[in-house]
Amino acid sequence: MRIVCPFCGERELGEFTCLGDAKPVRPAAGASEDEVFDYVYLRDNIAGEMSEHWYHGGGCRAWLKITRNTLTHEICSVEPAAGAGARQAAR
Amino acid sequence: MKYSIFSLARAAFSGHKNWQRTWRDASPKARYDVVIIGGGGHGLATAWFLASEYGIRNVAVLEKGWIGSGNAGRNTTIIRSNYGLPGNTGFYELSMKLWERMEQDLNYNTMVSQRGVINLYHSDAQRDAYARRGNTMRINGIDAELLDLAAVRKMMPFLNFDNARFPVQGGLLQRRGGTARHDAVVWGYAHAASALGVDIIQNCEVTGFVRDANGKVTGVETSRGKIGAGKVGMAVAGSSSRVAAMAGLRLPIESHVLQAFVSEAIKPLIPNVMTFGAGHFYVSQSDKGGLVFGGDIDGYNSYAQRGNMPVMEDVCEGGMALMPMIGRVRLLRQWGGIMDMSMDGSPIIDKTPVDGLYLNAGWCYGGFKATPGSGLVFAHLLARDEPHQEAARFRLDRFRRGAMIDEKGVGAQPNLH
Repeated sequence: MRIVCPFCGERELGEFTCLGDAKPVRPAAGASEDEVFDYVYLRDNIAGEMSEHWYHGGGCRAWLKITRNTLTHEICSVEPAAGAGARQAAR
Repeated sequence: MKYSIFSLARAAFSGHKNWQRTWRDASPKARYDVVIIGGGGHGLATAWFLASEYGIRNVAVLEKGWIGSGNAGRNTTIIRSNYGLPGNTGFYELSMKLWERMEQDLNYNTMVSQRGVINLYHSDAQRDAYARRGNTMRINGIDAELLDLAAVRKMMPFLNFDNARFPVQGGLLQRRGGTARHDAVVWGYAHAASALGVDIIQNCEVTGFVRDANGKVTGVETSRGKIGAGKVGMAVAGSSSRVAAMAGLRLPIESHVLQAFVSEAIKPLIPNVMTFGAGHFYVSQSDKGGLVFGGDIDGYNSYAQRGNMPVMEDVCEGGMALMPMIGRVRLLRQWGGIMDMSMDGSPIIDKTPVDGLYLNAGWCYGGFKATPGSGLVFAHLLARDEPHQEAARFRLDRFRRGAMIDEKGVGAQPNLH
């Protein structure tokens, strides 16, 4: 796999670290135990296209949101994760 | 077919032309008392223990491809019981004891070789951690020896003892650990289970569950038709989430790819199984002479059964740091298997919230050594509807209860286990 970082261009996989599924969203502070359990422990573990958070630690150190096929490793899209950097990449 | 020195001699006199098939390739019947999904080591072992220990012989093992075509044929064949946490310690020692009598139990040569497993340590802190683990093992009746530098040097004089950054200081040795022939384990369980009447059905992919009005699982839909079942057990590590999803379940599991490697054959070099403690590299030498080695999982979700270059490089760097002379040995093959990475790094063997459906999953990268133990405790669960005492902590609800069994202590981040 090679990943086209929106800030750095095409780089080899070794520069990146995968955090995992981007779908789980941290529940609000007052959320129920069930919601927290679901967020921390349960995963869809998708066989197919999956949206993930990756960290470009060997380059710009930005968090990226990558859509990738877990059956083929094909990368469909790479964009800056919400927050820092997203605005700059859009310029 | 009973194997013995006499059957070998008889076959030799007839030029080895009259060997019979060692197990029966069955076609599905309409109904079984227990249907096991997954014809890997764990599924076949479960079927054998159901038939031999618990008297349940109307059993089918359904395999999507051919038996042993998944992780049972993709691992690095290591057996050991050097775990430190309650739950794991007893279970893996149960499994180790079953390895020690497997060939007699199954009447099959699974080439169990107790050549020893040594984990090298490279710092004072690591020595203390290994001493603690060794003490934990000994308290639980498992063999462990803490070796100092001189003892390691005597046992493995070919290591790089001049590595200034990661000097070898010693190692934790379990002499009863070692290797076994992975394919033979599959064939051995198939041989013994088939002889007791278990139907082993290949090219039979489960495509859904049959449920009654109350939601109870009463069978499976397969590529070879509907098969009724009193109980259904899943032993499909790597694909657990996909099969469980057919029953509407979400599991605390992510599927990750783990690579393994084998070099060209060289003369006998490595006397045991050894691990490099300063990186992630472990190696043994097969009877054919190839160095069999591996390291970390790649770190991203995958069902692709192949990995990428960065981990390959990392593993080879570990090998070079430990024994620089392997730098001239050529890599022969490299492959990947899909691991059920659970949220605490330990397995799940339990009933599911769906009546009639039982789960054996979450083996991370350590399922091979567990094969006989897993078969016994899963058969116990299926037969008695209650967990075996050595698997009482491997419950599906332990994550909700906060009763994790996290050997590495990294929390609910499966790619770090």
